[in-house]
Amino acid sequence: MTGLDKGGGGREQVADKDGTAGGARTRHARSDAPSSEVKADVQGLNFFYGKLQALKDINLSFAANRVTAIIGPSGCGKSTLLRCFNRIHDLYAETRYEGRIILQPSGVNIVAPETDPVEMRMRIGMVFQKPNAFPKSVFENVAFGLRLLGESKEAVAEKVEKALRSAALWEEVKDRLKESAYTLSGGQQQRLCIARALATDPEMLLFDEPTSALDPIATQKIEDLIFELKRQVTIIIVTHNMQQAARVSDRTAFMYLGELIETSDTKRMFENPSEKLTEEYITGHFG
Amino acid sequence: MGDFSGIIAKRKRQDSIFNVVGIACTLVGIVTLGALLADLMWDGLARLDWEFLTSFPSRFAARAGIYSSWIGTLLIMVVTACAAVPLGVAAGVYLEEYARRNWLTSLVEINIANLAGVPSIIYGLMALGLLVYQFRLGQSILTGGLTLAFLILPIVIVATREALRTIPQGIREAALALGSTKWQVVRHHLLPYSIGGTLTGIIIALSRAIGETAPLITIGALTFIAFLPPPPVQSSPPFLSFEWLSSPFSVLPIQMFNWVSRPDPEFVVNAAGAGLILIIVTLSLNAVAIFIRYRVRKRIKW
Repeated sequence: MTGLDKGGGGREQVADKDGTAGGARTRHARSDAPSSEVKADVQGLNFFYGKLQALKDINLSFAANRVTAIIGPSGCGKSTLLRCFNRIHDLYAETRYEGRIILQPSGVNIVAPETDPVEMRMRIGMVFQKPNAFPKSVFENVAFGLRLLGESKEAVAEKVEKALRSAALWEEVKDRLKESAYTLSGGQQQRLCIARALATDPEMLLFDEPTSALDPIATQKIEDLIFELKRQVTIIIVTHNMQQAARVSDRTAFMYLGELIETSDTKRMFENPSEKLTEEYITGHFG
Repeated sequence: MGDFSGIIAKRKRQDSIFNVVGIACTLVGIVTLGALLADLMWDGLARLDWEFLTSFPSRFAARAGIYSSWIGTLLIMVVTACAAVPLGVAAGVYLEEYARRNWLTSLVEINIANLAGVPSIIYGLMALGLLVYQFRLGQSILTGGLTLAFLILPIVIVATREALRTIPQGIREAALALGSTKWQVVRHHLLPYSIGGTLTGIIIALSRAIGETAPLITIGALTFIAFLPPPPVQSSPPFLSFEWLSSPFSVLPIQMFNWVSRPDPEFVVNAAGAGLILIIVTLSLNAVAIFIRYRVRKRIKW
């Protein structure tokens, strides 16, 4: 994790009136990271729940240090795609992957049967739809991943603080690290989950509708945070909220019925989508 | 508008009739239990003193006590808990968290549910054949403890599974997403978070086992025993001794049964005293269970 110090320069607020999503805040800061480097490459990915095919031949690449949003109506497979990245599907019986998700620079195929899902989960963090803090203290929540790695006591304390700072939560919880995580508000708990995922310094961070259970103010804090975090980590966010995709992401992928319909720069996607279906979805004709 | 008052009055009358019937039905249980308890106390309370607790059984009712039988009950419970808790919890965790859902696990589940309903004397017969005759464990504390452990094993398994089921799936996913192995999820999350429910189940199971008489009589527990098993802790190395496991034993309910069946009414008073002790122990165990449940519910709210 580098560039965590807040001195590095604020984000730029581009107040262009692109008319997307009812004048949402748009902040497409495209200048602060190397661009075209690919972090993950999805190639011909099919996914099955038993006999039901939930993903159909997905081909999509994710740029390093960028936020990529996956949007689409309920049941389109966007969460299913996201959950392939840390093999969380493996928990459930009769799930099956075909194709490849290549994680760069190591070149490992995440969904290959011989790839260890435990290792993938240590390298790729995830934040879930509902805040799912452990019923432990604030400190222990963040420390859990570090303890799995067998970090020393000093290193754990140091990294917990760093992660809480990265998640913009440190100031709020520094005096109550020993209290139960359940004494925090919903938004704070979600940021705690982000800190927990950040603590082990993952290569990618997956967000599965991270604000759908939160109020607007907590939502904005999380969005600001996602925007900050892309400097240290590659981010994929699944959201059913198109304004949110427009606000936080650099690139957007639109999925429908298990297929990837279109992917492009977020700004272009919302201003000038090339597919009819995408246009109908983002203008609210269905979904 | 028509006149509703007649029909309303009729319906309200039905309502209050059921109210009264309901109270009566509830009272049947409570009053019976209260009467039993009062009767026991009336008979037995006078008999309860230090001497009663520290005297061996005797031919003379006034000198007879429950020393050997309450020690026997205690030791049997230790064996039962040591056997049933690890087995039951491990089986529950396996069935709930590890086992794939297929016809085999369904079969095992149905069998466990059925085992919980098997009459306790059947367990006694099974233990007599298997533990006493086949494994030659004798009519010992070990045999008695294991017999009751078999008896309560299904209860412990079911309680463990129920407790695990109350943990939201999100917790499992969160822990796994951080790179835990399944065992680490169980060890660091599921067991600690479900401990309240599991412990409650274990205590309820033990309080059922403590009153069991039939299976222990079947395997040959004594009804009159005037010595204690060798103590588990000794003054000379190796300090710990497990000889007590192979010692013959009696337990409180058997002692009671023996006293009740004697013609001398003096002994019936002794039985009431022993019964009172048994009820106090059982109710205390249940109180502990309720307390644990209350504490954990306060600490962990999903």
